[in-house]
Amino acid sequence: MLERIQSERTQPDRTMIEIRDVTRSYGAFKALDNASLSIREGEFFSLLGPSGCGKTTLLRMIAGFDTPTSGSIAVDGQPMDGIPANRRPTNMVFQSYAIFPHLNVEQNVAYGLRRLRLDAGEEKRRVEEALAQVSLTGLGKRRATELSGGQRQRVALARALVMRPKVLLLDEPLSALDKKLREQMQVELRRLQQAVGITFVLVTHDQYEALAMSDRIAVMFGGRIAQVASPKEIYQRPVNRQVADFLGGMNFVKAEIVEENGASLVLDTLGFGRVKTDKPKAFVRNGGNATLGIRPERLRVLWDNATAKFEVAGKVVERHYFGEITHLIVEIPGLEKPLSVTETNDFGADDIPVGTSIRLGYDPEALVAMAD
Amino acid sequence: MTAAAEGSPPLRVAGSRRSPLLQSEAAQGFALISPTFVYALILLVLPILVVIAHSFWTQNYLTIDHTFTLENYRIALTEPIYRDLLWRSLYISLTVSLLTVALAYPIAYFISFHGGRHKSLWLFLITIPFWTSYLLRVMSWKVILGYNGVLNSGLMGLGIIQEPSDALLYNSTAVIITLTHAWATFAILPIFVSLEKVDRTLVEAATDLGDGPLRSFLRVTLPLSAPGVISAALIVMIPTVGDYVTPKLVGGKDGVMIANAIQAQFGKASNWPLGAALSVTTMIIVSLMAGATVLVFRALQRLAR
Repeated sequence: MLERIQSERTQPDRTMIEIRDVTRSYGAFKALDNASLSIREGEFFSLLGPSGCGKTTLLRMIAGFDTPTSGSIAVDGQPMDGIPANRRPTNMVFQSYAIFPHLNVEQNVAYGLRRLRLDAGEEKRRVEEALAQVSLTGLGKRRATELSGGQRQRVALARALVMRPKVLLLDEPLSALDKKLREQMQVELRRLQQAVGITFVLVTHDQYEALAMSDRIAVMFGGRIAQVASPKEIYQRPVNRQVADFLGGMNFVKAEIVEENGASLVLDTLGFGRVKTDKPKAFVRNGGNATLGIRPERLRVLWDNATAKFEVAGKVVERHYFGEITHLIVEIPGLEKPLSVTETNDFGADDIPVGTSIRLGYDPEALVAMAD
Repeated sequence: MTAAAEGSPPLRVAGSRRSPLLQSEAAQGFALISPTFVYALILLVLPILVVIAHSFWTQNYLTIDHTFTLENYRIALTEPIYRDLLWRSLYISLTVSLLTVALAYPIAYFISFHGGRHKSLWLFLITIPFWTSYLLRVMSWKVILGYNGVLNSGLMGLGIIQEPSDALLYNSTAVIITLTHAWATFAILPIFVSLEKVDRTLVEAATDLGDGPLRSFLRVTLPLSAPGVISAALIVMIPTVGDYVTPKLVGGKDGVMIANAIQAQFGKASNWPLGAALSVTTMIIVSLMAGATVLVFRALQRLAR
């Protein structure tokens, strides 16, 4: 609950990273195509997308390991053109963690401090502080080769944080960890970011990771930024089918635009009849058709005589059991594709026999219109 | 079908009769190395034992007196001629190995970090000198360094020197130059291999933490490639101490090394026990020097943090 309140706190509006019209081409291939983005100070920002979408390229350009073919990047108001990676106010947590194997934990963390020639006491204090921040107190003398995956990741974090960067860049930092540790680290990373107040930019292909940790997310496909918004908005109001699909399951229903005005859309659909929905901000109609989407968990099974203001009727054709939830595939007369429905197992959704006729209820707010 | 059927059953019977010990991986490993091992035992260990035995005996004109004595070692260690030769050999081999490593490192670094798709082509090019005999290569250095050689005529042509210098050939410098060239490949390869193993992300991480190219090289790349540097130094150092072809051909009077003395004892002087004592002394000193080199490199590696 606390996490949630904090994540919704108002962000200061100062811009930390300004990415303007950045393109990175490799011959004819554009790894990044005219991307513009502004990341605020103190924000936990995620670049989310499938592999090859340009998210890592963008991160490496912020760090200085790659140079834009055109466009500009500024960090904290300073243009970064021509500034090498070692003189940028950013630090990076590498996907492989890149822990120096010939140094122990303490020496790894102190690596960047060495050059600053602090006095011994100050250096030691900062190293200790950084190790404490990532709960590695007491492991300073461990050899890098004797660490577990989770510990290596913490060392990489401490090594970057000890430099007190303006921006911390994280390149898929959790992808090498097992599921349980990954979930634990998501919470910890989020907590750490709030404690230190540094702008975090995370690259990930895991939508749950991005949703769980970020203040805002940029979803990328094929070198382009498709949508930048809060996790909730990205999940509930995706701008197009691609974004919707990438952020988890979504039922897509063909729709015909009946009426369009400033704030709303009236659509005619086959299974859901005529619906009126909010018009998404980025909606640009493309001909007379649109797509209506609804998340599987926003459809609920109506038991016995229960009714809902909005409902559709159909027949269960498949049932998949996932422990705490059951996945039902329900055929609706008139719809060309059956609907996916995710139902918790508290009420016995896992016992519904295939072939049963059921009714599904939904909130009209759960329906989202997307341009075709 | 029939051939396979006839062939396989006896094999399987033989396999099942083997004791578990023989089927273990260790046993298979020993079986694999045994031909080489036996070969090494007969042609390396036995001769060394014979040499060690001889070093404690005395040459008595045509016969060998088998009474135990340390006299040969006393001569080997105190006689000025042998002491000087030994020192010179150590000096030459140490200089050669340091020079070779220093010259080989940039080449190995270039191939590993900037070789791109042509790494194997570069490595292939480096082996080209080995297509000719070592003697030919030494001879070509004679042509380069000689009184009327390429280097002298070149320097005279440029007006840097007025008359040919005879300081180039027939001394220890000539031996050092020739050996450094001859052993370059043996130094490049191990350094290249260890540089290939350096994770490039580590260099990026060092850069990210504020190091410029030189610092990240000194703090990350160099210490991590130290194993290759150490083996390169040893690969060059150990054999060059005992080299006798090169000093014989380009060393002249001032370039004679301990191996030439050993050869003389086993040949013209016909004093096998003294030759044996000189060999054993050289072997021990080389081992000590190799050990010291490893320790020095390790200490240097520890400094780089």
